[in-house]
Amino acid sequence: WAVTRGMEKGYFARREFSFTLRDDIYVRYQSFERPQDLEKELQKACPYKVDIGAVYSHRPSQHNTLRSGAFQAQEKELVFDVDMTDYDDVRGCCSSAEICSKCWTLMTIAIRILDRALVEDLGVQHRLWVYSGRRGVHCWVCDDTVRKWSSSLRSSIVDYLSLVKGGADTVKKVHLSDPVHPFISKSLRLVEEYFEQYALLGQDILGCRESWDKVLALVPEHILLPGSSCLSLRLGEGLAAVGACSSSSSKKLPSYTEQEIMLQFCFPRLDGNVSKGLNHLLKSPFSVHPKTGRISVPIDIQRLEQFDPFAVPTISSLCRELDEANDEDKDKENEEDPESRRRVRDYKRTSLAPYVRVFECFVEDMERARRGELLRRSDLQGDF
Amino acid sequence: MVLKIVENLGVKYLKGTDEYKSKLEHELRKLKFPYKALAEDDYDARRKDHISHFILRLAYCQSEDLRRWFIQQEMDLFRYRFNELSDPLVQQFLEYVNLLYEPISKDVKKRLKDELFMSTPGLSAEKVEEQSFYKIPLQDAQDLIRVRRVLLNYGFALVPHQDMVVIILNNYRTKLSKALALTARSLPAVQSDERLQPLLNHLSHSYIGPDYSAQKNTGKISLEQIDALSVKSYPICMRQLHKALRENHHLRHGGRMQYGLFLKGIGLTLEQALEFWRSEFIRGKIDADKFDKGYAYSIRHNYGKEGKRTDYTPFSCMKIILSNPPSQGDYHGCPFRHSDPELLKQKLQSYKISSTGISQILELVKGMHYQLACQKYFELTHDVDDIGFPLNHPNQYFVESQKLLSGGRELKKEMSHPGSSQLKPTSQESINSSSATTTSNNEADTELEGLDEYFAED
Repeated sequence: WAVTRGMEKGYFARREFSFTLRDDIYVRYQSFERPQDLEKELQKACPYKVDIGAVYSHRPSQHNTLRSGAFQAQEKELVFDVDMTDYDDVRGCCSSAEICSKCWTLMTIAIRILDRALVEDLGVQHRLWVYSGRRGVHCWVCDDTVRKWSSSLRSSIVDYLSLVKGGADTVKKVHLSDPVHPFISKSLRLVEEYFEQYALLGQDILGCRESWDKVLALVPEHILLPGSSCLSLRLGEGLAAVGACSSSSSKKLPSYTEQEIMLQFCFPRLDGNVSKGLNHLLKSPFSVHPKTGRISVPIDIQRLEQFDPFAVPTISSLCRELDEANDEDKDKENEEDPESRRRVRDYKRTSLAPYVRVFECFVEDMERARRGELLRRSDLQGDF
Repeated sequence: MVLKIVENLGVKYLKGTDEYKSKLEHELRKLKFPYKALAEDDYDARRKDHISHFILRLAYCQSEDLRRWFIQQEMDLFRYRFNELSDPLVQQFLEYVNLLYEPISKDVKKRLKDELFMSTPGLSAEKVEEQSFYKIPLQDAQDLIRVRRVLLNYGFALVPHQDMVVIILNNYRTKLSKALALTARSLPAVQSDERLQPLLNHLSHSYIGPDYSAQKNTGKISLEQIDALSVKSYPICMRQLHKALRENHHLRHGGRMQYGLFLKGIGLTLEQALEFWRSEFIRGKIDADKFDKGYAYSIRHNYGKEGKRTDYTPFSCMKIILSNPPSQGDYHGCPFRHSDPELLKQKLQSYKISSTGISQILELVKGMHYQLACQKYFELTHDVDDIGFPLNHPNQYFVESQKLLSGGRELKKEMSHPGSSQLKPTSQESINSSSATTTSNNEADTELEGLDEYFAED
């Protein structure tokens, strides 16, 4: 992907990589002349983790030779990191690094909301969603124009995309008021698709006193009826029933309480720092997660609902599959003509294949777009 | 001529953003400056405008404070002029500065009508229909995007005409800021040019406001009067400090500086000051000995009697507003700038300001016009309609208040002293009346009048 760009010379050579080696040794500012050199180094050093950084003004490996101020990050993909840990205050099934199929819906919702905004609001075309390997998802936005975005623009975009504000000491984290911006209303419609199944059934947020107290804590006082007797609701009516309580109170203030509650439980929570800085490094797709062994695989957003983080191959399962494939090869060796026997690339014979396919489509799209752009430009210049 | 621009900017600083637009136009006309942008006819006026802008760049590029002030004024002037432009002129202007933004077509607008309405607060449905919306690339509309006050559509921000000024102002500010940085770098070369040297020298001389360190009025205030004075003639910041001092028998360093120098400016002698602070601090936790050893030294220092013996000047409003913000336990700063609006409201109520008056003040505060808010405070506490001068300095507030209360306002011509603190055009208390009369009585001005000839040439 970094390779298959028809980019200007030296682009790859100015890209920063970082490795995490054994014993947690972290080395930055790695750069390579050609992709083959990267490959060689990977095989040699066997890093536990590989991160990808920005494209700089000079080769990162030589940054120390430059006078201060001369070495600047010039371009980088816009990246997002959504981490399940950030939702701990609103999920009851797991906490910190754990995930389960019930709370994974939060990631599905996050991807749908963010992806819609990326495409329809920000005009993005080339983006890759990747499972981080443990408890979240990343997104890599690779459009040429986006890669050149300044840090302040990225920061503005993060603000635009953020609705859940406040830390441990803030109880109510979402506040809506008229007029409601289309970004919010469109995101709400997406949340509503999942809310009943996810929150009322799966998370059971109104199922016991402890949980529904948390929900009630988000309802402004002037709306809440004295005593929480109105909370004997049928699950099927869920939050609408809370809404019924609120509208039966005498004050008919315009209230977005129900929406605010839904958003607080489900709206994507971004790690702003990851997205804002031009020189921030993010884990490379297809790396192995050190704690789970799972591969950070691309997610096919056309088949988002079917994605199962627990079905993602681990490094050990891949090794096993490769061994089995090799055994098969050995059996066939004697039978086939060496020339006609095409040695299928290893990974295609493992369960990694479909994920690689997603990646390949993504890269193909980008290449096609770039070819189209080059053609267009040369047409304009009248090159023959 | 340059001074006229300076006065011009000063007027703008006060009133332009306050919709005293007609007044501004009036002033501009009088000064023969362009008040209708892109009007082809008045070539001379526009030339004057251009040249003076660039000269001011030279004068104001040198420090961060100056640059900030200059940019702020220029932006205010720009905003005023831009808002006066008709739609076709806006298009023309945008082309001229190479900000080629297209308006969206009627069809697109129709399709997006509801979304446009929901994403631009402050725009009624009719306005959405009437106004043009421009397609702005995301990087040029960051301020609007950050607060989600604009519709985003496939990589563009759709900005209504009335918000375009924000976009363009941002663009202007960035360009002007870079230009000032460049100017600063080339300043040494410019300063050695004979033609410009006298002009620049005069500029630094003319940006001089009364600094209130002049000893003209020393000894005229007695300590017994201070409590009464604090209610009648102190600006709100000093009233707050005085009250805190009386209540707590103590003030922290920031408060002691701000209030102490103010007292010096209103005429307290060193002996009076020492007695004043000492008697108050002793009522608190400080004993006489500790006071003499510690605090007394710094009071004498303020009067220039210790250390390097600089005679410190009382802080101007700009200084109080911009530097050293107060934290918990501090009472210095500008209450209009630094106090929580709720607390400010309560304070004003306790000072018996009418509730309409309070709302007016809070409106000004919301618009960040802190000095204008203080001017309003003056008007309300002195029961006058128009303060009659631009407020720049707490001591100025005091002096004017005393004058008013002792019956009869003298013409402000008498007020200008050359002194030397900040490079700001504080010397035009003259502004609101006809600017013509003021220039004649001021010594510095007569020198500068000769400069008109620089520009009358060719």
